[in-house]
Amino acid sequence: MKFSKRTLFGFVGATVLAAAPIQAFAQDWEPRKPIDFVIMAGAGGGADQIARFIQAVAEQQDLTTRPLVPNNKGGGSGAEALIHVNTASDPDHTILVTLNSFFTTPLRQENLGIDIQTFTPVAMMGVDPFVLWVHKDSGITTFEEYVAKVQEMDGEFVMGGTGAGQEDSIVIAYMSGAYDLDIKYIPYDGGGAVAKDLAGQQIMATVNNPAEAKGFYEAGDFVPLLAFSDERMPAYPDVPTIKEMGHDFSYYNQRAVVGAPGMSDEAAAYYQDLFTTIYESDEWQGYLTSESLSPLWMDADAQRDYWALQVENHQNLLAALGE
Amino acid sequence: MDVLLLLADGMLVSLQPLNLMMIIIGVTLGLFIGAMPGLGSVNGVAILLPVTFLVPPSSAIIFLAAIYYGAMYGGAVSSITLGIPGASTAVATTFDGRPLAKQGRASLALVTAALASFVGGTVANILFTLFAPLLASVALSFGPPEVFALMLLAFATFVGLGGDDIPKTIFSICFGLVLGAIGFDQISGAPRLVLFDYNGFLQGIGFLVLAIGVYGIGEMLWTIDQTRGDVTATTPQMTIKGMAADTKEAARRGWKGTAIGSFLGFFVGILPAAGATPGSLMAYGVAKMVSRNPEEFGKGAVGGVAAPEAANNSASTGSMLPMLTLGIPGSPTTAILLGGMVIWGLVPGPRLFVDEQQFVWGLIGSFYISNLAAVLINLAFIPVFIWMLRMPFTILAPVIFVLSITGGYAATRDMFDIWLMVGFGIGAFFMRKFDYPLAPAVLAIVLGPIAEPTLRQSLLLSSGDPSIFFTRPVAGPITVVALILIFLPALKFLRRRPAKGKRPAS
Repeated sequence: MKFSKRTLFGFVGATVLAAAPIQAFAQDWEPRKPIDFVIMAGAGGGADQIARFIQAVAEQQDLTTRPLVPNNKGGGSGAEALIHVNTASDPDHTILVTLNSFFTTPLRQENLGIDIQTFTPVAMMGVDPFVLWVHKDSGITTFEEYVAKVQEMDGEFVMGGTGAGQEDSIVIAYMSGAYDLDIKYIPYDGGGAVAKDLAGQQIMATVNNPAEAKGFYEAGDFVPLLAFSDERMPAYPDVPTIKEMGHDFSYYNQRAVVGAPGMSDEAAAYYQDLFTTIYESDEWQGYLTSESLSPLWMDADAQRDYWALQVENHQNLLAALGE
Repeated sequence: MDVLLLLADGMLVSLQPLNLMMIIIGVTLGLFIGAMPGLGSVNGVAILLPVTFLVPPSSAIIFLAAIYYGAMYGGAVSSITLGIPGASTAVATTFDGRPLAKQGRASLALVTAALASFVGGTVANILFTLFAPLLASVALSFGPPEVFALMLLAFATFVGLGGDDIPKTIFSICFGLVLGAIGFDQISGAPRLVLFDYNGFLQGIGFLVLAIGVYGIGEMLWTIDQTRGDVTATTPQMTIKGMAADTKEAARRGWKGTAIGSFLGFFVGILPAAGATPGSLMAYGVAKMVSRNPEEFGKGAVGGVAAPEAANNSASTGSMLPMLTLGIPGSPTTAILLGGMVIWGLVPGPRLFVDEQQFVWGLIGSFYISNLAAVLINLAFIPVFIWMLRMPFTILAPVIFVLSITGGYAATRDMFDIWLMVGFGIGAFFMRKFDYPLAPAVLAIVLGPIAEPTLRQSLLLSSGDPSIFFTRPVAGPITVVALILIFLPALKFLRRRPAKGKRPAS
């Protein structure tokens, strides 16, 4: 078994080398033990799905000599994961799948002592838009009906989302402010649980990412009302954007991989190569299309600038929302 | 009918030579991985996932299912023979499995565990086959208030009719709840109870760390203390005849626990919030509650081995349901299986049962076969496991200690957890010295983190009105039953009091 695996790896390695000579230096460093693949969210949510997909692609194509071991640490709006990675005893074998709580959680909880600029950029795998969903049994079919319904219920309309100050609550708070809506917000530990409770009609609406809601949408249970993307999404051409409604707002969840602070340059180069290979794979490109993610590829320096910009944006957003 | 045809097809596929070989290898590997403390089915499936790319997808899924089943059986082995829970799902098995082993009846405990697991797995498979789509909607009807009511019921089974000292049980539960509250708050994101500002506390207390500390190390200290190092080794005899007698006794004394575990475990397993560990603990509580001699539990009741073992197997199968129909893995292991499925282009979700019928029923078919293979292989290995017990305690104790430490380290690779584990071991020893029951604390640390957010979500839903737990059609009855159970001892006490009060008057 070992023999054949190694042969296979050699084969893949040779192909990569032949195709892209620039990646040769990555061979200088290789993981020596299983890689702690930390996820900033609970099981079943968008970030978790992506992490498992990446793990699957890496396993299938035998891209790593040691396995990526997914490790869900969703506690404290991702603070648990940030602390875990920040204090990792072996930064060369610790990487993190992030979402926007990578920016918001350190802002909201300064006492955690997290400076995200000390983390090591690895890869920006794409950005995930948000969509407003209701259950088909609610009878609501358009955003206008939704606004009317929420106003009619006067504070009793229940929406679910991820933890306080996280992405879902930012989107919902913006929408509430823009349309003068009084919404009861229930926090969950991940997007999967949120979607499940909309399917069971425990809550009345969500702003799940398309990947989390897609199964229920295809089964006819969920109705999309409004997209928070810049343009209409190819998979949901009839769903208007909030920009069309006259509000200059769009919001995406970053799907990026970062390394622990203090990761060696060699290890960072290894992971950057690894995730470039995964990003360029047909599987990942297919995933971006089928799950309605937008590509937003950046190199390491561009990622650091992007982080700074996002921190500033979120500072303004949170301030505007009174968080 | 279509379903049965597809199912039979799935079973036939599993019986092809290559697949049968995968089942036998998978179950055997799983059995030993499960028996190693700290290495549960999660690790087994994660470690062996790459191997599955060497065979066709259907064989790969069968292989993973076989490991999963094997590990579920294996977890009981170290719980019974060494007193160290092999996996968090097998913690409840130590409660009675270990006492039985100490009485020299390890083979009875192991046979009971194997048979109960088999029945639990089979019942779950049948329920799955017959009612999968229906049960998926049951899982959906469980919102935060229902889940909280169920957790309340679980606590109630431990308080109500335990036969233990009630104030001490309640103390134990509260202690566990406090430990369970350590770490980040899910709702506000704020860190809580970070004792001495140790970062290790931020991620909360790992359940396996607690369980290995309490049962592995605590148990070892307890045995040394009780026997003053002079352990008269009970050399268990192992004969075919003895095993047949054990089988009979297991069936006679364990059927009730098995039945409870099979159904309750499955039901708890299909709820995405729960999984096999809460399922097995709750089954233990209920089995103890309905037993005619609850005082036997914790001292070597066969039912106390049968119920959690049936439940953890049943719940493991049950947890496949939210994974397949909702895309939400019910347990860490199913999460890894989910990753496996995604690679093969299978998208879990409500459409899977419609679009990929052949895959779904093929998988279920392979569950039936894996389960059968697991029980046969497990029974065949029992003499090997028994042999471990023949070691004198002076050798066994260091082995237990080393296995506990490595097991605790393997789970998180964090030295902090080792110290915590040793601390729990010593703490547990003193709790036993002062007659505090440990099981309720263990239960509380598993269920607390499920109960707390659901309680708060429910109260947010109702704007702080607790009547939400009584007015909803599913949550209402569960809450009422739970409250009756909790207050039953108090009612009994009140009824006795006036009787006593009257006597001097008359």
